[in-house]
Amino acid sequence: MSTETMSGTAAAGGSKTAAAIERARAAGRTAFIGYLPAGYPSVDECVEAAVALVENGADVVEIGLPYTDPVMDGPVIQAATQASLAAGFRVSQVFDIVRRITERTDAAVLVMTYWNLVDRMGADEFARRLAAAGGAGLITPDLVPEEAAEWLAASDRHGLDRVFLTAPSSPQSRVERTVADSRGFVYAVSVMGVTGARKDISDAAAEVVTHAKAAGAENVCVGLGISRPEHIAQIGEYADGAIVGTALVKALGEGGPEAVGRLAAELAAGCVRDAAGAAADPKAGE
Amino acid sequence: MSTDPAGTPERPESPERPESPESLGDQPGPHFGRYGGTWMPESLMAALAQVTETYEAARRDPEFRAELKDLYRDYIGRPSLLTEVPRFAADLPGVRIFLKREDLNHTGSHKINNVIGQALLARRMGKTRLIAETGAGQHGVATATAAALFGMECTVYMGEQDTRRQALNVARMQMLGAEVVPVTIGARTLKDAINEALRDWVASVDTTHYLLGTVTGPHPFPAMVRWFHSVIGEEARAQVLEQTGRLPHAVAACVGGGSNAMGLFAGFLDDPEVELYGFEAGGDGVETGRHAASITLGRTGVLHGARTYLMQDEDGQTIDSHSISAGLDYPAVGPEHAWLNDTGRACYEPVTDTACMDAMLRLTRTEGIMPAIESAHALAGALSLGRRWIDAGEVGEHTPAGEERIIVVNLSGRGDKDVSTAAAWFGLGTASAAPASDGEDDGDADETIRAEAGLAPGEDPAGDQDDARTDADEEVQR
Repeated sequence: MSTETMSGTAAAGGSKTAAAIERARAAGRTAFIGYLPAGYPSVDECVEAAVALVENGADVVEIGLPYTDPVMDGPVIQAATQASLAAGFRVSQVFDIVRRITERTDAAVLVMTYWNLVDRMGADEFARRLAAAGGAGLITPDLVPEEAAEWLAASDRHGLDRVFLTAPSSPQSRVERTVADSRGFVYAVSVMGVTGARKDISDAAAEVVTHAKAAGAENVCVGLGISRPEHIAQIGEYADGAIVGTALVKALGEGGPEAVGRLAAELAAGCVRDAAGAAADPKAGE
Repeated sequence: MSTDPAGTPERPESPERPESPESLGDQPGPHFGRYGGTWMPESLMAALAQVTETYEAARRDPEFRAELKDLYRDYIGRPSLLTEVPRFAADLPGVRIFLKREDLNHTGSHKINNVIGQALLARRMGKTRLIAETGAGQHGVATATAAALFGMECTVYMGEQDTRRQALNVARMQMLGAEVVPVTIGARTLKDAINEALRDWVASVDTTHYLLGTVTGPHPFPAMVRWFHSVIGEEARAQVLEQTGRLPHAVAACVGGGSNAMGLFAGFLDDPEVELYGFEAGGDGVETGRHAASITLGRTGVLHGARTYLMQDEDGQTIDSHSISAGLDYPAVGPEHAWLNDTGRACYEPVTDTACMDAMLRLTRTEGIMPAIESAHALAGALSLGRRWIDAGEVGEHTPAGEERIIVVNLSGRGDKDVSTAAAWFGLGTASAAPASDGEDDGDADETIRAEAGLAPGEDPAGDQDDARTDADEEVQR
């Protein structure tokens, strides 16, 4: 059920994603955001994997739209999205996937997409169909606020969240604009690079989160390189959520939806805050 | 037909135009009408801002301009010649064709103009490593050359398909000390090389400058790359005035991303009476779907940082482009070209592989100048333009001396790198297609009978041509 009116502010009341993060926070957990590529390895298995993800602890599901030129993605996600395209995936199928996931879970479902796919359909039409499918909003890795006028209007009109990215290289003036234009959460890029599992979480991540918080962000979630429960526990000390992509995609490719469920359960253990020593306080980590 | 003087300012008298945002030839970006912009990951925004700031300061800095001018003259060999080619234009009465000889630049193409400029900027920014994408290898060779000259590290990304088509240039880059990384994902051509270069840059931006090779990409690349190449048009304008006493009726260039065309156009954009023609890679013919004619059949969208015309399907997925020329095999085009097309100031048309190869051989045989396959698209386009004028009765045998229509064609690069592709196409030197480009050609390659057949349009079935190309690829790989 999509809300028809939106204030355009970051008020949690109007944002499905912020509400999901708030529920995790109230339960003493770091929000767990899991990424899966649309249509990989098939539309049905993609939906099953997303359901398994949520049943094993994910608060937000991020469905990535396969695109021919994914410049922010590393080899694992590239291979998965190219396989989905090769199998004939069409953009409009993502709305069906979102609908099937939201019908079976109460997770907020975001779509991660490179901008040309939205541009081709038209930002307003895309937003209308996503909202009708029960989707929460978009994560846009190659859209910066400077070019986002159309999307800001469309997301306001259809009550959708808009997750922009902020990076270790972003000067504070840019961080402020990104925070002001984001709704749901701000995506803190932990490292200068593309998606892919890494051994350690970069020290830069905490600083990126600090900058976004200083600019007034209510929810900041960290992504890129996160693949283990201990990464999430570490991030939970200063951020509101952790985003896992490549590790889940790899599990899906190797062991199907069941493997996604198993990995999600392991990762969810890292979300519990008391164990990590952080207070179960909404503003923990400052 | 293609000139729309609306909004065009008065033409300044001197080719050394003062800097002016009013000038069509010096549009600052980031937007060109509705095109251009900065559609990039946030991680790169700070680096793009640094490039913009450094470029804007440098172009106003007399010291930088002097350094650039010295390198243009003493290293690249500028000014390049403007050569009239009367034998090439012999069956076009009333038409005179002049070539802007960017093929004579150091490294063999126009690409070096932009590379030297950006390498100077990289040094100003304290960067120690250059990365680049390359299609035909000309931009990669130029970048590897600048890296050698300035003592920088260099990595060049090249689609795997192109490393086979252009094996000679791969070896040249390696000789120069560059690492050449074959890109094995996607279509394995130029667009995928750009994707990989961007992925590298996101992770290496502290030490590395991405030396983008054409007028595409996010701001400031389209405006900046055009500025470094505008020397082509400025020189050509002065030279044609000196040699003929008047401006050309038209100027013509091939368009992949469109850097050599923007460089030439920049000198004439403020001359509304000069028609501007960009010739895109028509591949097997635009009706076959196997082409790289982004403007001719493209739709607007966003790719590699800019809103522009691109080849895409209904969903917005990029469609693989096809061209016999690796350098034009790109499914989009610089945003300023998109804008010039929409305003009608420039005119863009496709040229098929067949017409292009015929023009390549024709220039070689009539003038002793062997053009790059990319540049041969512009030559073929100029020939068809001349024929069109003659067919329309606008010029012909009746045209008095001094009133011929002049076309200036940008001969953006030399054809050495394309000898094996051409040999396969025309059936030359079949026993030694690859060595022919190494200077070991013993004369057997000068076998004209099959070449003459190649000159007859439409006689070679496309299937045979494809086979020939594959054979050449295998030869080169030996």
